Amino acid sequence: MASSEAGRTTTEYIQHHLQNLVLGVHPENGLSIAHGSEEAAAMGFWAIHLDSMFWSIGLGLFFLWLFKKGADRATAGVPGPLQNFVETIVEFVDENVRETFNGKSEVVAPLALTIFVWVFLMNLMDLIPVDWIPYASEKIGIPYMKIVPSTDVNITLGMSFSVFALMIYYSIKIKGAGGFFKELAFQPFNSPNVLVQAIFVPINLLLEGVALIAKPISLGLRLFGNMYAGELIFILIALLPFYAQWALSVPWALFHILVITLQAFIFMMLTIVYMSMAHEHH
Amino acid sequence: MNINLTLIGQAISFAIFVFLCMKYVWPPIMTAMRERQDKIAQSLAAAEQGAQRREEAEAEVETMLQEAKAQAAEIVATATKRGNEIVDEAKETARAEGDRLKAAAQSEIEQEVVTAREDLRKQVGSIAVAGAGKILGTEVNAESHAKVLDDLVGQL
Repeated sequence: MASSEAGRTTTEYIQHHLQNLVLGVHPENGLSIAHGSEEAAAMGFWAIHLDSMFWSIGLGLFFLWLFKKGADRATAGVPGPLQNFVETIVEFVDENVRETFNGKSEVVAPLALTIFVWVFLMNLMDLIPVDWIPYASEKIGIPYMKIVPSTDVNITLGMSFSVFALMIYYSIKIKGAGGFFKELAFQPFNSPNVLVQAIFVPINLLLEGVALIAKPISLGLRLFGNMYAGELIFILIALLPFYAQWALSVPWALFHILVITLQAFIFMMLTIVYMSMAHEHH
Repeated sequence: MNINLTLIGQAISFAIFVFLCMKYVWPPIMTAMRERQDKIAQSLAAAEQGAQRREEAEAEVETMLQEAKAQAAEIVATATKRGNEIVDEAKETARAEGDRLKAAAQSEIEQEVVTAREDLRKQVGSIAVAGAGKILGTEVNAESHAKVLDDLVGQL
């Protein structure tokens, strides 16, 4: 049992596993690594999760490296195994984009590919036994190490807000600022009577505004919630005696294989749908 | 669960990764896939064409074979006919030759018979003269009795 090894109580063990490696300016300690959640909270917005950023960028680079290698070897002739693998994923993404996204865009398909593979890789870190890397990094002097970037709400919201920004950008680019505003102001209620319409506009703006803001938040929190819950259950299973852990961790890991793929797919599909909505005229 | 700079850091890296993917990963893969699609389509078309050509060739071979068979049958028929003709001709020739030979033999035989009869007649004449001489005791002059002898010979 890992908790007794480190001489911690169960609560401390769980808290330790859920604590990011935060680098920030503490009001008292100055620029430092936060020890515990109180110190991290005290650092406020101007702090950064080094572990999340490290794994996230590392996995992103791995994705680019792998697919670039596949792209470099891409020939019209007989494909090798790496090319087959890369092309299978690219084709899968391309098919989904074709089916869902009706506009013409150079960005959407690569965007969807990046999201799918990157989110999948970040989620995949969840299947590495929860104690391995935190324990190893503690040995080399890093106090906290959360290796699943998608269990960090900053990471998922960072991506979903980027998607949101693209949505707004394309909405304005395709429909014009006026057209975009009209979409928000004259739906779902409208009336031929100008006076009635004047009453409807603020209501519409409120409804559509909330719906618009809800998109990136739900997109980010959905991924975060699923992965955080999965991670938490792995941590709880890790609290069991070592001879009993497999009975729960194996089924949960098997089930989680489905979850991580599905969440990556959902994130990608919703991004495509949002992009499609941004490109559509009404 | 603090919202902090990580969010912005992630957004920046996200933008960079999407840009790099769009620039260096997506286009070459898509190009290669399209090219391969075209290539496969072309190959399939070529294969179909080849199959069609082969079928045509087979049909042609079939026709040629049939023609050759017909020709062969014709040749055989002609040859058989000619053979029969030759045999018939040979038979005819042989029969004619046989007849000729037979006729020649017949005439020779007849000749022989005539010659033999002539000889016999002559000998009978001389024998009759000799006999008559013996009977008469005198020599019968063949020349003086020539008329009698000739009558006698003529009666034989």
